[in-house]
Amino acid sequence: MAANENPVTAPTLNAIPKIKSKSSYKRKLTLYGVLFALPWMLGILIFSAYPLVMSIYYSFTSYSILDAGQWVGIGNYKELMSDNTFRISIYNTLYYTLISVPLNIAVGVALALLLNTKIRGQGIYRTLFFIPSLVPAVATTIIWMWLLNPQFGLVNYWLEKIGISGPPWLGDEHWAKPSLILMSLWGVGQAIVIYLAGLQDIPQDYYDAADVDGASTARKLRHITLPLMTPVIFFNLIMGVIGTMQNFVLPYTLTNGTGAPAGSLMFYVMYLYQNAFLYLKMGYASAMAWILFLIVLVLTILIFVSQKRWVHYQGKES
Amino acid sequence: MKTRSLRTIKNAVTHLFLIVFGIFFLSPFLWILSTSLKPNEELFLWPPKWIPSTLMWSNFPDAISYFPFFTYLGNTLTITVLATVGILFSCPLVAYSLARIPWKGSKPLFGLTLIVMMLPYQVTMIPIFIVFKNLGWVGTNVPLWLPAFFGAPFYIFLLRQFFMGLPKELEDAGRIDGASEMRIYAQIMLPLCKPALLTVALFQIIGSWTDYQGPLIYLSDETQYTLMLGLSSFKTQHGAEWQLMMATSAMITLPVIILYFVVQKAFIRGITFSGIK
Repeated sequence: MAANENPVTAPTLNAIPKIKSKSSYKRKLTLYGVLFALPWMLGILIFSAYPLVMSIYYSFTSYSILDAGQWVGIGNYKELMSDNTFRISIYNTLYYTLISVPLNIAVGVALALLLNTKIRGQGIYRTLFFIPSLVPAVATTIIWMWLLNPQFGLVNYWLEKIGISGPPWLGDEHWAKPSLILMSLWGVGQAIVIYLAGLQDIPQDYYDAADVDGASTARKLRHITLPLMTPVIFFNLIMGVIGTMQNFVLPYTLTNGTGAPAGSLMFYVMYLYQNAFLYLKMGYASAMAWILFLIVLVLTILIFVSQKRWVHYQGKES
Repeated sequence: MKTRSLRTIKNAVTHLFLIVFGIFFLSPFLWILSTSLKPNEELFLWPPKWIPSTLMWSNFPDAISYFPFFTYLGNTLTITVLATVGILFSCPLVAYSLARIPWKGSKPLFGLTLIVMMLPYQVTMIPIFIVFKNLGWVGTNVPLWLPAFFGAPFYIFLLRQFFMGLPKELEDAGRIDGASEMRIYAQIMLPLCKPALLTVALFQIIGSWTDYQGPLIYLSDETQYTLMLGLSSFKTQHGAEWQLMMATSAMITLPVIILYFVVQKAFIRGITFSGIK
C-alpha cells in the first residue's frame, strides 16, 4: 500500500533528465502539492476547524446574535437536562431511528433480492423503485400530505376498500411518526442500489457449489446471500442511523416547524434549529449540537463494535 | 419438465411481489399527475376520481402565476451553477494533489478529509452562520455557493479514489516531455476523469437544487427565495389548492429525474470510452 502511494522512486527520477537534483525536484513537487491542495486547506480551517472550536466555546456561553453573551459554564447543558421539549425531541428522534432504520433495511434488502432475480422487465422495476428517491424532500412532503389526507386521501380510500377505516395519519399524535416512517420507505431506492451492487460482488461459484450439494433456494439465501450481504447492510445501517438522527426537512416542512400535533413531530435538529434561528439562543443550540454529536458517535461506535458478531467479510474466516 | 414449471411459479411469485410493492412506489406519481390535471371541483370527490372529466392543462401556468416562479427559478439556477463551478474547480485540484503528487502532507491531509466528512453539519452550522453574519452576507446567496470553492470532503474522497486508479505511466510520459504539473493536470488527468467529474457535478446540481436547510437559514427576503423555499411557502399559503401544489411539485421534481437519466447515460458512455474499464 505504502509503495503504491509513493510513486516517485529513484528509477523514475533517473528517467527524467531535466531534473538536476533529487531535492529540488522534491521541493517542486511539494510546492505543487501544497498549491493544488490550498483551497481545501483553507476550507478546513475556515469551515471546519474554526467553527468546531467556536462551537465548543459558544456552548459554554449565552451567546446570541444580538449580544456577545456571557460565560455560563455548563449552564446550557444543565438547562437542557430539565428542558421538556428537549426530552420530547430526543424521544421522537430515537423512536423514529429505531423503527425506520431496521424497517428500511428489511424492505430494501427484500426488494433488492427480488430485483436481482433474472426476470422480464428487471430494468423497468429497478427504475420504478429508484425514482422516488430523486424527489426533493419538500415535494415528498406535499405529495404525502395529499395521499395521507384523512378525508380525501388515496391511502384511506384504499384502506376503506379492504374494509379498514383509515387513521387520521398526520393529524394524530400517535399516527404522525408512523406516517413519517411510511414516507421514508418511499425513498428506499437509494439503499436498494447499494444492496444490488453488494449482490453483484457475491461470486457465482458459491451458488454453483451449493447447487451441486442440492441446497434449496431458502438455504442458499440463509447461508450464502444474506451473510455475504452483511457488509453492505452494515454500511447502510451506519448511514441510516446518522441520517435519521439528523432528520429535519420532512418534519419541518410538514409542520412548518411547529412539530405538531402535540409535539409528536418535534425532532432533535428541528428543536436545535428553533433555538438557534428563532429564539437566537446560539449558545444553547451549540450545546445541543454537541450532545447530538455524542449520541451519534456512541451509536456509531456500538454498531462498529457489534460488527464482529454479525458482519461477514469475504475472504475472512468467521 | 417439473423444474421448468417450478421456475415459472417462482417467476410469477416474484412478479407478484414486485408489482404489489411497485404500486406503492408508482401510485404517488400517478396521483400527482391525476391531481395536477383536475378541475377544482373534482379534488374532493369520494370515492376519488383517477381520470379528470376535463384535463385542466391550465393548472400548470396557473401554478406558475400564483407565485414568482421564474424569479425563484433564476435564484435557484444562480446558486446551483455557482456552487457546481466551485466544486468542479476545487475538488479535482485537491484530489489530484492527494492522489498523484508525492508530497509529505498528502497523507495527513487525506486523513483530515475523512475526519471532516464525519463532522455533523449541526456542529459547524452556527459558527459558520455567525461568520457570514459578521461579513454581512446573511440574506444574500453567497453562503450557499462560496464554500464550494474551498472543496467538499465527500467529492474530494470520490475523485481521489478515481485518480488513484489511473495508470502511473500517463504523468510520467508528460513529465518526460517536459510538461509542467499544471499541464499534466489540465491536459492529461482532467480529461481522463470526465465520468467522475460528471458524477460529482450531478450530485452537486441535485444537492443545490433540492437544498432546503441552507436557503432556510440564510435567505429571508422573498425575492431571494429558491424554488424549494417557494414551494414550501406556497404550501402554507395555498394549502387547499392541491391541483396547483401537485402541478408545482411535478415541475420542480421533473428536472431532477430528467437530469439523472441524461447524465446516467453519459456517465456509462464516459466509462466505456475512456478505456479505464
